Amino acid sequence: MTDRGRDIVTFDNVGLRYGADREVLSDVSFTLHPGSFYFLTGASGAGKTSLLKLLYLAQRPSRGVIRLFGTDTVTLPRKRLPAFRRRLGVVFQDFRLVPHLSAYDNVALPLRVSGVREAEIAKPVDDMLEWVGLSHRKEAKPATLSGGERQRVAIARAVIGRPDMLLADEPTGNVDPEMALKLLRLFEALNRLGTTVVVATHDVHLLRKVSGSMIMRLDKGRLSDPTGALRYPPRRENAG
Amino acid sequence: MSVKKPPVVKGNTAKGIARFGGNRAAALVPQARLAGPMPWVIAIMVALTVIAAAGGMALTNLARGAQGELSGAVTVQILAAQPQEKVRQADLAEKALAELPQVTGLRIVPQSELDELLEPWLGKSSSGDLAVPIPALIDVQLRSSASEEQLSALRAALASVAPDARVDAQSGWLQPVFGAIEALQWLALALVVMLAAISATAVWLAARSALGSNRDTIEIVHLLGGTDGQIARIFQRSIGFDAVAGGAVGLAIGMLAISLLGSRFAALGSGLMASGGLRPIDWLAIAAIPFIGVAIAMLTARLTVLAALRRML
Ligand SMILES: Nc1ncnc2c1ncn2[C@@H]1O[C@H](COP(=O)(O)OP(=O)(O)OP(=O)(O)O)[C@@H](O)[C@H]1O
Ligand SMILES: [Mg+2]
Repeated sequence: MTDRGRDIVTFDNVGLRYGADREVLSDVSFTLHPGSFYFLTGASGAGKTSLLKLLYLAQRPSRGVIRLFGTDTVTLPRKRLPAFRRRLGVVFQDFRLVPHLSAYDNVALPLRVSGVREAEIAKPVDDMLEWVGLSHRKEAKPATLSGGERQRVAIARAVIGRPDMLLADEPTGNVDPEMALKLLRLFEALNRLGTTVVVATHDVHLLRKVSGSMIMRLDKGRLSDPTGALRYPPRRENAG
Repeated sequence: MSVKKPPVVKGNTAKGIARFGGNRAAALVPQARLAGPMPWVIAIMVALTVIAAAGGMALTNLARGAQGELSGAVTVQILAAQPQEKVRQADLAEKALAELPQVTGLRIVPQSELDELLEPWLGKSSSGDLAVPIPALIDVQLRSSASEEQLSALRAALASVAPDARVDAQSGWLQPVFGAIEALQWLALALVVMLAAISATAVWLAARSALGSNRDTIEIVHLLGGTDGQIARIFQRSIGFDAVAGGAVGLAIGMLAISLLGSRFAALGSGLMASGGLRPIDWLAIAAIPFIGVAIAMLTARLTVLAALRRML
């Protein structure tokens, strides 16, 4: 198997613009390895969410090549995308819980979408809710949950399907530092089971909390590589 | 909350595309089902369509029945002024007509019947002593309809034996009535077509608004790897429920209306009206209307949802 085949994500000169505006991502090139833990950081508006959207296939790039699990997803026919989305777990910045479904049903949703039989759903969902400490709130609707509880439901939903890659957008944005650390430990535990993790955050304190993690920094839509995480580090245009 | 090893979910990484249906899927689209306007809109549409279709079919049957009865009927009048000549020509005409193969029935209308027919106009007296010449009448029933060629053939056959004979199709005087009935049939058809179009539009609007208010849910399921087919099925099912409920109510209302109308017309007791009833196959067609309505509703919902989803990546 070639090196390229083992890479879980490859971005090659990717650019993204919304409509006719200026590019929000420019010349982004990097490679992610399976089983690694990445932080994606940068100031608000730097393009973290935009980059994750490209990864979880909510957006096509305006230019460049994106390979996911070894397949070029830019030119892939639309009807083949759902199968790729099912291999990802996503914690959205705004959670995106289904408002009229209970915490339990929200967590069960990815399994149901994947066609898992009802009999095989109850146990994993209960385990997962216990894992994030929400067993006692499983019948609660999202509106009655606290911000941190919602965040944990969103995380449970993202990891219930044992995704090959977890993409978490600001997953600690709504919680106190103590809870943030606990959630980070959840991601680490998952990472140890083999899931590639990408956590977008502008909380620089978190970055040092996961040993062995690598950092990608976005600055006005351009990528830099402070920990040498990237196979294709961006050119330092203003260097020297 | 302590950090433990995350639970291993076995056998759930079905990465293929599977069905996502049933109650669980339908629960994704919360709907105050019968409380919404949708079932009632569909009920009214189905009721109106049932009534219009029943009317159209009754008219068709009426026209067909009347035409069938009258189409082969021909009247031969002998207009000779001289009574003896009139009787002589009538006898000869009867014999000549009886020999024609296309004639299946033949009857000289007796004098007493003619007197009865004319009594309201001429008073109670024997037409024999009247100055007004009364023609002799022969009712002829033809095997096929009384077309112009058939009439010409009769005229030719009578020309030599009864030169004073006049041959007319009985349905001639009904022609304007048939014309009016045909116009009504077209009207009923146009109504049915328009109602179907309005129903489809109503369902389309309902599907779009349901889509709008559930846009977030759709996007979430979409991003979790739900296929267009899965998401469309959820809406199809939801609107299908509404349509079935509405269709049943509409059919009941429509049936009630037409059976009431039917009993009124039956009470007229006229032979013509009796033939305007609905045949079993008509009732079947009417019963099919709500099913067609449900199919239109579900198809419209599906196409609307798919079109909206295609705008997402
Ligand atoms: N749908 C959109 N249409 C137009 N512009 C957008 C859209 N989404 C994001 N942008 C713009 O793209 C830029 C990057 O946005 P993005 O959400 O990726 O930033 P971010 O790094 O995630 O910020 P934050 O830390 O606040 O979440 C911003 O200037 C934003 O205004
Ligand atoms: Mg963001």
